[in-house]
Amino acid sequence: MAHSHATHATHANTKKNYTGIMDWITTVDHKKIGILYFGAGLFFFLLAGVEALLLRIQLMFPMNDFVSAQTFNELFTMHGTTMLFLAALPLFYGYMNYIIPLQIGARDVAFPFLNALGLWTFIFGGILLNLSWFLGGAPDGGWTGYPTLSTFNTAHQGMDFYSIGLQIAGIGTLVGAINFLVTIINMRAPGMSFMRLPLFTWATFITSALILFAFTALAIDLIFMTFDRLFSARFFDVAYGGNPILWQHIFWIFGHPEVYILILPAFGIMSEVIPTFSRKRLFGYSSMVFALALIGFLGFMVWAHHMFTVGMGAFANALFAIATMLIAVPTGIKVFNWLLTMWGGSIRFTTASLFAISFVPTFVMGGVTGVMLASAPADYQYHDTYFVVAHFHYVIVGGSVFGIFAALFYWWPKMFGKMLNETLGKWFFWIFSIGFHLTFFVQHFLGLDGMPRRVYTYLPGQGWDLSNLVSSIGAYMMGIGVILLLINVVYTIRKGPDAPADPWDGRTMEWTVSSPSPLYNFKQTPLVRGLDAFWKEKMDGNKGMTPAEPLQPIHMPNGSILPFLMSLGLFIAGFGFIYKDYDFNNALMNGLFNNYIVIYAGLLMLFGSMATRCLIDDPGYYIQPEELKEEEA
Amino acid sequence: MSQTNAHSNTALTGQLERATLEGRNKILGFWLFLGAETVLFGTLFAAYLGLRHQVLDGPTPQELFSLPFVALMTAVLLVSSLTSVLAVQAMHRGNVKVMLRWLIVTVLLGFTFLCLEIYEFNHYVALGHTFSTSAFSSSFYSLVGFHGAHVVIGVVWITLVILQMPRKGLTPVTANKVYVASLYWHYIDVIWVFIFSLVYLLGRVG
Amino acid sequence: MKHRLFSGRAAALFAAFMMLLLAGCSDRPSPINPAAPVAEEQFKLILLSIGIMLIVCTVVFVLFFIVLVRFREKPGEVKIPKQVEGNHKLEITWTVIPILLLLILAVPTVALTFALDENHSDVEGTLNVQVVAHQFWWEFNYHDLGVYTAQELVVPENTRVQFTLDSADVIHSFWVPGIGGKMDTNPGITNHMYLDMPAVQPDPDKNIYVGKCAEYCGEGHALMDFKVKVVTQDEFNAWVDSMRQPVQVSEAAQRGEELFAANCISCHAINGEQPSPSGPNLKGYANRDLVGGFRPNETQWVKEWIRSPKDVKPGATMPAFNLSEEELDALVQYLFELR
Repeated sequence: MAHSHATHATHANTKKNYTGIMDWITTVDHKKIGILYFGAGLFFFLLAGVEALLLRIQLMFPMNDFVSAQTFNELFTMHGTTMLFLAALPLFYGYMNYIIPLQIGARDVAFPFLNALGLWTFIFGGILLNLSWFLGGAPDGGWTGYPTLSTFNTAHQGMDFYSIGLQIAGIGTLVGAINFLVTIINMRAPGMSFMRLPLFTWATFITSALILFAFTALAIDLIFMTFDRLFSARFFDVAYGGNPILWQHIFWIFGHPEVYILILPAFGIMSEVIPTFSRKRLFGYSSMVFALALIGFLGFMVWAHHMFTVGMGAFANALFAIATMLIAVPTGIKVFNWLLTMWGGSIRFTTASLFAISFVPTFVMGGVTGVMLASAPADYQYHDTYFVVAHFHYVIVGGSVFGIFAALFYWWPKMFGKMLNETLGKWFFWIFSIGFHLTFFVQHFLGLDGMPRRVYTYLPGQGWDLSNLVSSIGAYMMGIGVILLLINVVYTIRKGPDAPADPWDGRTMEWTVSSPSPLYNFKQTPLVRGLDAFWKEKMDGNKGMTPAEPLQPIHMPNGSILPFLMSLGLFIAGFGFIYKDYDFNNALMNGLFNNYIVIYAGLLMLFGSMATRCLIDDPGYYIQPEELKEEEA
Repeated sequence: MSQTNAHSNTALTGQLERATLEGRNKILGFWLFLGAETVLFGTLFAAYLGLRHQVLDGPTPQELFSLPFVALMTAVLLVSSLTSVLAVQAMHRGNVKVMLRWLIVTVLLGFTFLCLEIYEFNHYVALGHTFSTSAFSSSFYSLVGFHGAHVVIGVVWITLVILQMPRKGLTPVTANKVYVASLYWHYIDVIWVFIFSLVYLLGRVG
Repeated sequence: MKHRLFSGRAAALFAAFMMLLLAGCSDRPSPINPAAPVAEEQFKLILLSIGIMLIVCTVVFVLFFIVLVRFREKPGEVKIPKQVEGNHKLEITWTVIPILLLLILAVPTVALTFALDENHSDVEGTLNVQVVAHQFWWEFNYHDLGVYTAQELVVPENTRVQFTLDSADVIHSFWVPGIGGKMDTNPGITNHMYLDMPAVQPDPDKNIYVGKCAEYCGEGHALMDFKVKVVTQDEFNAWVDSMRQPVQVSEAAQRGEELFAANCISCHAINGEQPSPSGPNLKGYANRDLVGGFRPNETQWVKEWIRSPKDVKPGATMPAFNLSEEELDALVQYLFELR
């Protein structure tokens, strides 16, 4: 339409320039957002790690009194909540944001503005949740927040911070998932068919679909909890006909897919790193994709295996036991395909590949205990013991966290343009993984010996003292490992060598652009001629991708402060809700909070920003071909 | 995106809202969002169906629900869905004036529905059916109220779209806004059909 | 060089774990040292699943180490390996074999799930007990016998006990690791579970089984223990009789009795024939091994408990009593005469 061209011509060239911190707050660039996700995720990872170390000090000796029971309960609640919602997933989101557009040959994600909104709601939700430490006490209901324990205790606001903080952070996660889905469906470069997508992109696609249908269930469950606690609703109140088991069903309909949301991206990372460092294409690509999809689908069918001891009856227990065992089949397919990818390959041992390769046996160990737990009558013994703690740490640390670290060393050069130190990296790998096995392997036996989980202490003379001590020592080794990683990062930022575009002899398209990638990613949209697009070009003797279009102006979106303001509005309104009935012993504060003024102010900020976004269009700007040529020179 | 120009000829088919890649992205993204909304409402429905017999001392659904009144609300909302279709059809013909007229009718009908719902809730509270009466009442108000909040957002949203039309005219950007807002409006109607049958009809049956 | 690192690490870890495993296994009854039929059935299933899983682990680990040794990049060599797409036969093999292994596990799983779910309450010879979980203690009601107690579940040997499980506040989980698996106690919903009691052992210490709360329930969760006392049928009958007798105390405990009436009776019943108002029923308290569920039932700990229950067991709902040393002694004297 001629009209639309006219609009572009008149408005599109106004580029808004922000600098310094404003640049980061207003950015809609997927690479900067990726780095912010990564940074925030790393911060929360360290925080939750410190919480874990405090837990392990307390449990080092029987009847230890390093922290009180209440503090211990707050620590383990926040350790779980922070690791799952604010550390692992955002770290994956960081990689996804940076890498997915590069892997599919796109200049940007589908919704740069929403992408920024997702980032800031996650950050503000995370901050709100963690501020509880300074405001009377952190959540103490376990990361699963079972009522009526979580709705019973209204003496302090901990669980309000949980329900509202997670709600806000969850909005960000959901927005991010929709963004990834549309990006992968609509923004692929010419020739990048679905069955040519790199496995990490596939994993992101399926993970996002799981988030779309799982986090929404959690959102409603959290609303119920908020209503029960703050507005006297009766969802879980037995005296008024409520049902506390309702929470558990909805929670695990979210919670089990959540486990796969955390492991599928790691599967994707392994499926990138292992082929690259074996110099061999992924064995059984299509069955790997099929297995991902099947795991994602079955993930919604098995939630009640977390509830075998709730009293659902034999029929439900047997059904969910069988469904759960079935998941072992596609998972097994993946494990053997990884092994066969390495078989006949030429394996190089870098820090990234060490994490990826050792992921295979550790994850198998976590997987087999998962099948053991699926056997319902045996689970009557395992349930809520340290056996379960050992199982899910083998899966989440041995799976997700190993994946995060493999990706960290693999994609760091691309994201930050510097090479991490390999010697320090390998020290980090060995100390961290030995510490990991020391910490969690013994916990299997603690559980089999009858030690319940979530206990702030235990009596001496039960044969648990030595194992707990070993477990704590292992945890400290993991801590030392992570300190080595931080030293590596600081050292690299200061003195690290610059990274070339393709440091690992990569196979996918993110390695065709410079490190770090330019603002517009691809000067010309690439033409994809097969699976492992870059590898194929290299094997055909080409230096880079064949362009699919002539050099022409590149349209870029403008930055915006609105995502930040909308999230800040939610954050303020969240505070207003938490303290709406609170007595501050201060007329001004009571006036502001008890008359809902804070709530209104926050919501006004949120909806005002949304209306602004609706009424004022920002068509973005163009980078002209002349500028691109200049940069080349 | 630079691909924009290459695809702009699709605009000639009359679907201005899909003329640009951004436009197509937004429509697909919105469908996915509606998928997520379906889980939200599905969970609320599940909770309601699980708790609807927990009436305790409060009034029962049979005592509360008046089908003629709810039928009126249903009719208002369904007609508004029709008018939003007429608006999109007018947009596809390029007739901005007619489109705006139908959008305004849609907003007015949505507003009427809200007034009826507020009256309905007030009436229930007067009968002793408050948010905290029982698990039944909590889940009822959460489900129907969540839908009501969607109607509020829809009314404000379509109003904002109407307000910017005279200034901006019909472009791929504004056409996309009209189209997506009407998708949302249809979705709210579909949800109401389920509320009508699973809450009110089922409530009368017992 | 690296290869040696790998296997050396594995051997060292294995040795360390085996030592720990042995150190950890006492002869105390536990899920892996079952003392009664239900736990034994569950242990068989655990062993079966461990066996199957060890097969899987062995296959994967062997393949893994072969791959690491044979297909590492040789120094100075840069070769491009053959790019293999996949192999349908192999992929079908590792789809079908796991399915077969899972079937072996699934059949006994389903069978035992249904067997353990049966309700035997009407069967001749079954003892019915209602368990009511409280923050942070256990109430045991023998409705059929008209006997009500707390914290110590007394059961006759070789008997099937059918439990009905309730909660007075939040969700707890009733678990006796050596005798059988657990079941949650939910507020507002009654659960059922049966356990078969073991035979009486010659060593009296071995007739006492530790019970635990397995579902996180608040501050005192870690210490919410109870005891299962297995006795002969005759001893059990005698215990039931004694629970029906009114409390009789000596002259010396008169002062304690008054103090109890003034401070304690509003929460703690001392009558074994009726449920206690809100705290544990103290009829037969003198015979209990523990105070607060986990400390030895000795003067020092009982006084500590009365003075400040929360310092002994965090989250305990009993208020602190500001009694003089002399009053405490009198009260303890009285408690130790509650038979």
